[in-house]
Amino acid sequence: MAAILPLTMPKFGLAMTEGMVAAWQKQPGETIRQGEEIADIETSKITSAYESPVSGKLRRQVLEAGMMAPVGALIGVVADDAVPDADIDAFVADFQSRFAASQAEAGAAAAGPERVETAQGTAQVLAAGPAEAPVILFIHGFGGDLNNWMFLQPALAERFRTIALDLPGHGGSTKQVSAPDAAGLAGFVLAAMDALGISAAHLVGHSMGGAVALAMAEASAERVLSLSLISPAGLGPEINRGYIEGFIEARRGKHLTPLLQSLFADPTLVGQDMVETVLRYKRLDGVEAALRAIASAQFPDGRQAASLRAVLDTPRTPAQVIWGRRDAIIPAAHAENLPAHVRVTLFDEAGHMAQMERPADTAERIASLAGGGI
Amino acid sequence: MSKKSFRQAINEALAQEMERDPRVVIMGEDIAGGLGAPGEDDAWGGVLGVTKGLMGKFGRERVLDTPITESGFIGAAAGAALRGLRPVAELMFVDFMGVCFDQIFNQAAKFRYMFGGKATTPLVIRTMFGAGFRAASQHSQCLYPIFTHIPGLKVVIPSSPYEAKGLLIQAIRDDDPVVFFEHKVMYDVEEEVPDEPYAIPFGEARFVREGEDVTIVAFGRMVTMASQAAEALAKEGVSCSVIDPRTTSPLDLPSILESVRETGRLVLVDEASPRCNLATDISAQVAEQAFDALKAPIRMVSPPHTPVPFAPALEDEFVPNAEKIAAAVRATMRAPSKQAAE
Repeated sequence: MAAILPLTMPKFGLAMTEGMVAAWQKQPGETIRQGEEIADIETSKITSAYESPVSGKLRRQVLEAGMMAPVGALIGVVADDAVPDADIDAFVADFQSRFAASQAEAGAAAAGPERVETAQGTAQVLAAGPAEAPVILFIHGFGGDLNNWMFLQPALAERFRTIALDLPGHGGSTKQVSAPDAAGLAGFVLAAMDALGISAAHLVGHSMGGAVALAMAEASAERVLSLSLISPAGLGPEINRGYIEGFIEARRGKHLTPLLQSLFADPTLVGQDMVETVLRYKRLDGVEAALRAIASAQFPDGRQAASLRAVLDTPRTPAQVIWGRRDAIIPAAHAENLPAHVRVTLFDEAGHMAQMERPADTAERIASLAGGGI
Repeated sequence: MSKKSFRQAINEALAQEMERDPRVVIMGEDIAGGLGAPGEDDAWGGVLGVTKGLMGKFGRERVLDTPITESGFIGAAAGAALRGLRPVAELMFVDFMGVCFDQIFNQAAKFRYMFGGKATTPLVIRTMFGAGFRAASQHSQCLYPIFTHIPGLKVVIPSSPYEAKGLLIQAIRDDDPVVFFEHKVMYDVEEEVPDEPYAIPFGEARFVREGEDVTIVAFGRMVTMASQAAEALAKEGVSCSVIDPRTTSPLDLPSILESVRETGRLVLVDEASPRCNLATDISAQVAEQAFDALKAPIRMVSPPHTPVPFAPALEDEFVPNAEKIAAAVRATMRAPSKQAAE
């Protein structure tokens, strides 16, 4: 009997519990190839393309465009022409009843973020993956938080102990920023590693988090196993001043939306809920003062204050730089003229957020530098 | 972050501001409870338990049970605000506000102006409002239009637990008298509310939903009804913006006008009595300032001009709901547009 293959609601990030088919890119009867974009999936935070995990003929769109379903729910069916419609009906009915049963059983929610007391205040972290595995530590950028890694942390958590952390002044961490420069934030991350009992980690830093990772390597090279820097600060003087200042000032969705859109090569990725989430973060007591302190320490007068390029000169720490060519915040040109041992990856169709726009490729490169594939 | 009820969100806002600022005191009828009686201290936490637990944390000196004399303790709160405290007075039901109008309208609201800007009155009056609670006509009114009418007062109507916490913190930090309206049917509504303190600025509307065909403006509990209506209408192919102004004074009229210029149609949903309410006020201002943008007559969804009925069937029929809002939206869509008429 020919195989019937289910297409199910994907899970973009640990926090995603349900999603909506925003639009189908393939119609029933069309042949699809593995890796081809077959639908746009919208979550409360972002819209992203769903790449088919299988090849074959799309026989059924089970979930209509505009409908919500939990992660793992049947959204479509792939099977070749030999399979009669009745068999597909039976497959769908069987899948639905088993899925409903498993949903009822699976009361156990995935672990959420937790707060850790460090020598430098409370740090919020989201951990996933085997406890004994090598550690990958994610450091977000200015105004970001640990959810910035939601598309690639689950993939990396299969083989690594992954920890995404909120910097001070961000997310659920302390809003007191005693030392707002890159070295100061590096000290906070090292304190969080102490509190978590982590002696050394593979660091993944995005944007300002890249400069923080570089500062950690400068201060405590023995605690840094590798450096994967995504559109990092610290490698050149230019930075989009309008973005930094606008982000601090924005109090309304209509002011914040275009700024968040400028982070991505494809602005349609930014959903209303993403904007609302950022606005809610910015309203928390202490956030505006923290952002201002960090911006004036690291990006005074719209320029990057410190260059950390020299950290990459010595080849003792494996390092790579990943950049979207359409980055409108920090120019991809900062990836040029790096020492030969530094791997450089440039994505054509990505902006400042390669970890969200090209999550699978970015995760693959992080894993490859940290040892092995995923 | 965790799920909190409307009641918990308000309690947390009070606790965090009392923690942050020793000048914040709360007062009202049985807001602790048990005073001078045998048995449990802090027995009540107000008539619906919103302030329960605060006396244990902050003591009777900052959680003041008052006699049943609104004119007395609202006047005392206004005076205390003038002298440097930041009192939050709970006036159980807004329906009882009539007995202390002088203290509010002619005293608290006027101090800053009458003293040439040299005095501030950081007073918050929390009060319950709204129908649907089977509490009959003396405990069910929506009297925020009366307070919106008075220059010198700020008027806040939170529409969800998240909104309630951030707007109450802003109210306590504000230097002017604020009347804070809590819909009594919403106390058990839950949603994600940050554990940390945060303030939502006054006079900035929330775009609950953005659409292209019709703008719906709604207040308090009606925001939920409007969102339900918009959800249902989306399935019919009608796309609605839902705007929650958050505060009726100050009112974010620019956001409403901006939306009306995009959609050309306006439906106003107001649980208050239909004469001289927020719907008529906004309707007049939009007609004056954006008449040229309107493709159809403005529609208003409000209860009939009667006391709130006690009979459950009548009360249910009285309160605006999603079906009535959707019907009003459909009516604006049917009205011939000017383009079609030309």
